[in-house]
Amino acid sequence: MSNAVVVRQLTKRFGAVTALAGVTFDVADGELFGLVGPDGAGKTTLFRILTTLVLPDDGEARVLGLDVVKDLWAIRARVGYMPGRFSLYPDLSVRENLEFFAAVFGTTIDEGYELIAPVYKQIEAFNDRRADALSGGMKQKLALSCALVHRPDILFLDEPTTGVDAVSRREFWDQLAHLKATGLTIVVSTPYMDEAIRCDRVALVQGGRILDIAPPRDIGKRYPLPLVAVRASERYRLLRALREMPNAQAVYPFGDELHYTDRRANRSATDIARELETQLRANGFPDATANPIEAGIEDSFMSLMRSSETESPNVGAA
Amino acid sequence: MSGTSQNRAIDARNLTRRFGSFVAVDHITFDVGAGEVFGFLGANGAGKTTAIKMLIGLLAPSEGKATVAGFDVATQTEQIRRSIGYMSQRFSLYEDLTVRENIQLYGGIYGLTDEQISSRTAALLASLDMQSMADDLVARLPLGWKQKLAFSVALIHEPKIVFLDEPTGGVDPITRRQFWELIYSAAANGTTVFVTTHYMDEAEYCDRISIMVDGRIAAMGTPRELKERFNAPTVDEVFVRLARPGAGQRGAA
Repeated sequence: MSNAVVVRQLTKRFGAVTALAGVTFDVADGELFGLVGPDGAGKTTLFRILTTLVLPDDGEARVLGLDVVKDLWAIRARVGYMPGRFSLYPDLSVRENLEFFAAVFGTTIDEGYELIAPVYKQIEAFNDRRADALSGGMKQKLALSCALVHRPDILFLDEPTTGVDAVSRREFWDQLAHLKATGLTIVVSTPYMDEAIRCDRVALVQGGRILDIAPPRDIGKRYPLPLVAVRASERYRLLRALREMPNAQAVYPFGDELHYTDRRANRSATDIARELETQLRANGFPDATANPIEAGIEDSFMSLMRSSETESPNVGAA
Repeated sequence: MSGTSQNRAIDARNLTRRFGSFVAVDHITFDVGAGEVFGFLGANGAGKTTAIKMLIGLLAPSEGKATVAGFDVATQTEQIRRSIGYMSQRFSLYEDLTVRENIQLYGGIYGLTDEQISSRTAALLASLDMQSMADDLVARLPLGWKQKLAFSVALIHEPKIVFLDEPTGGVDPITRRQFWELIYSAAANGTTVFVTTHYMDEAEYCDRISIMVDGRIAAMGTPRELKERFNAPTVDEVFVRLARPGAGQRGAA
């Protein structure tokens, strides 16, 4: 199996800001690969380099076996790109936008119809509506159709679900799963950690670096310390009480619980949970419960952020 | 309900807004208690923004009524504006002013005296640990700092209620949680927090939530009550089932 994307030590600076600091990873043919991280992590810069819109300062990148610097025209014909901000022409209709993107790539809607149909059919009834009059979810579907109409071999989606409600996000990921089933390679970025679970593999990105790359279900298994989920009715008071525990390494709210990381790597999470529950119940939290848990992607992301900050020489620069 | 309107921060009764024949907000009734963190959820286009505009006095209701901090949204908009803070991701701080200038500007807009402005500016910079950035342009701040500053600025006149419209978009998970600790701390001091978000895990941090579907409130209660009522493991699942019936089953298949 070959790799659709090969990135080696890719670096990009904008003035004093290092957007990408030596990033290395591969994406396999047909893979659904996620880049997960906050604004400013470097995700957009990476997409712009891979789609040949920005030149790297250092390192190299190949897309479909082609070099992003030397072979830009060959790459451009074969990639689909949905930028973070909508790329649509607001004063053109749905149909006109699609025709325009097809024409730019020397093709027609009919030729691409089979691939775009599952997405496009949902907005086809609004063919004559101007793009600026569409809802957020419909714009997203049109932008995806436009990125697919020339039947690319690889699709780059930069935060396609940002600002979109939970239901539309779920539907969008269902569509990506469908596209992946046709054999398309997809690289997608998101700030929503819960979406990472839908990818084959994810890269956790922060401050221009990749903190970890793994299948989503494996990332939590690498969590280095015992992790316990704690509940009690007075959550904010509980949060502050847990932070005061002598062995607390980190305490964060997670949904309706708090996740408590203990600094004693040699103790089992089960023991620590039992110990915490006893202490809390004796100290003003009669309904407290504590249970050992496996880390999720967000737990791991925060743990990796904390350790990369302590290693970094520029602590406090943020 | 035995509570009087005095200890309710928000009290909406059959609040309705039409645009022509379209009913954007359709007879919604709810109340929010003082010091409560209330999550106002809904799909894009469900009517949340229209409802918020009525509550902060920017848009007159077509029907029904609402009081905010005890004032009528239809007739006492000036008093309401003095009693509330508002923060949204798009409209908040002036990027080409410094941190200190933004604080001073908002202090002035909200009618604080020069003495109040200078003492609250100092207190705010200290509590956010931003003294060293006081004279930096806001445009240069990382997004997470901008959000924390915008939140604190929205509270500078010590409003009874603060409205937060998707306050945490785009930041890393640690910064997002630090922001929620600011929310908890404001609520612990008695400020009512009315917040919208697309992060369903954040919905679980609220004391109570409502979920709007097609202009109506389809469900309201504590996150735990809603999960029990819908027999769902998360608020996300409750939301998906309400906002698009059938979508939950499809996702599970």
